[in-house]
Amino acid sequence: MKPRTGFQVFRAVALVFVVLALLLPLLWMVAASFKTNVDIYDSGKALVFTPTLTNYETVLQQANYVQFIINSLWVAFAATVLSLLLGVPAAYSMSRFNMRKSALVVLMARVIPGVSLLVPWYYVFSNLRMVGGFSVLILSHMFVSLPLIVYIMMGYFDGLPEELEEAAQVDGLSPIGAFRRITLPLSLPGIATAGILSFIFSWNNFMFALVLSGADTKTLPVAIFDFVGYASIDWGGLMAATTVVTLPIMLIALFVQKYIVSGLTAGATKG
Amino acid sequence: MPAVTAPSRASRGASVMPDTPGWARWANDHRKWLFAAPAMAFVAALIIFPLAWTAYLSLTDSSGSVRAESEFIGFRNYLDVLSDTTRFWPAVGRTAAFTGVALFFEVVLGMAIALLLWRPFRGEKWVRVAILLPLVATPVAVGMMWRLIFDPNIGMANQVLGWVGIGPQPWLAGQHTALPTTIFIDIWQWTPMVVLILLAGLTSLSNEPQEAAMIDGASAWQRFRHVTLPLLMPTVIVAVLLRGIDALKTFDILYATKGRGGGSFHEVETLNVYAYGLSFDYNEYGLSSTVLILFFLIIIGLMWALTARRKKEAGR
Repeated sequence: MKPRTGFQVFRAVALVFVVLALLLPLLWMVAASFKTNVDIYDSGKALVFTPTLTNYETVLQQANYVQFIINSLWVAFAATVLSLLLGVPAAYSMSRFNMRKSALVVLMARVIPGVSLLVPWYYVFSNLRMVGGFSVLILSHMFVSLPLIVYIMMGYFDGLPEELEEAAQVDGLSPIGAFRRITLPLSLPGIATAGILSFIFSWNNFMFALVLSGADTKTLPVAIFDFVGYASIDWGGLMAATTVVTLPIMLIALFVQKYIVSGLTAGATKG
Repeated sequence: MPAVTAPSRASRGASVMPDTPGWARWANDHRKWLFAAPAMAFVAALIIFPLAWTAYLSLTDSSGSVRAESEFIGFRNYLDVLSDTTRFWPAVGRTAAFTGVALFFEVVLGMAIALLLWRPFRGEKWVRVAILLPLVATPVAVGMMWRLIFDPNIGMANQVLGWVGIGPQPWLAGQHTALPTTIFIDIWQWTPMVVLILLAGLTSLSNEPQEAAMIDGASAWQRFRHVTLPLLMPTVIVAVLLRGIDALKTFDILYATKGRGGGSFHEVETLNVYAYGLSFDYNEYGLSSTVLILFFLIIIGLMWALTARRKKEAGR
């Protein structure tokens, strides 16, 4: 075997470079959110500056961001819970009864460009006077969450041995009882993975809220644009707003890293 | 969905649930569709019906308001769109360039980083955290963040270039530099996704072929080219498939960095951005539906080709 030290030095240098390339822009965004606009325009203050909370005050007080945070939380939470209620049993059936064609129909939703559904949705929901309300936002976000949950949970149920349920049925549980008492508790890690990812994707979603939300139901990704004017941009406020959107998600990601990775890579290694 | 109660513990051991009520037995007998039907009905209502409507709209001259009278005009929209060399074909070109270039760099860089992370090392945990952050960040916010960094006057990017003696670049503001800059943003945000997928694939590989090749005296490059890469190919195709579909549909960062219509010269107007603009800025529903149906056919075609390729690779 060749000596490994050369490779190890190269690897360390390369990985430091990768980590810096990924993290510096994010740090730059957070730093700018603590600067006055004068300091943002002054290249001499790039690294050394007096931090200020003015931008956060603007964002949270003047720009009504507290409301948008609550909107985003509510839409992402409701879409995730409803999608889990619909998606977990469906994924179970599709896995156990090998309904691959039905699964394909649900998974198509991951492929279709969202714009192609928005015009019909907008027409139907504006006739029902639902555009601008939370229900239509939640429904549209379920379009993102449900296929994701079905996809992740099908893979998870595929990996759970059927023998456990059969044993429970021998012990007198009905098939649905076996699902409820044996399979569901065993699949909690999978449900957590699917739920977390569904929440993140819904929180990050922009296009549906752009078209379907109203002034009171705006979610954070849409509200960010309040800081982009025709003539000028309030960079400090904008960076505080983007930090408010991204930081909660990144914190969640740090704590549940393992789940996110397993969800994002679900199905990738199956032959 | 009706809550289905399991039989009480007292009835355990009974042969085949003799004392369960009829509806519970019916539910158990029909659980396959009882479980699957609500989700499928939801999908049918929200996807299949609207998609069918979009297909119908593409054959009409619907515009202004969806409620307004529209006339069935057959395939005239398709002829118009397919002969439109000012907006449609350039948008096709940009979509292809954006997806192709971004995907190429994401797969090459993603493979390189995944190989670096393959074998355990100290501090591995921190590198993994750094890799996860860009990919969970809200795309619109990521677009705004890079908009500040690439600002021609106050952005950090031009300052860094200044340190190494390169003159300022227009980045997102330039007519010819805007698209490459958005591609760069996409690569920054989504290479981590490819890394995670490939790393999962690498971790699942067995060590034996590697060791056998090492004993045979294969160099690191030979081991990668002739052992690792062929074994990893199905996973690479999954990564290309998942990332490719999303790259084709990229909207958020383009809208965040260049606004409506992909900028004043449509410099980042891809098919998705073009179709969005036709629908919601110009209210040309007939034309936008035509563009969307064509776009959809392109995506399905590419997916079908890649899936076929993956089956072939997996079957080897």
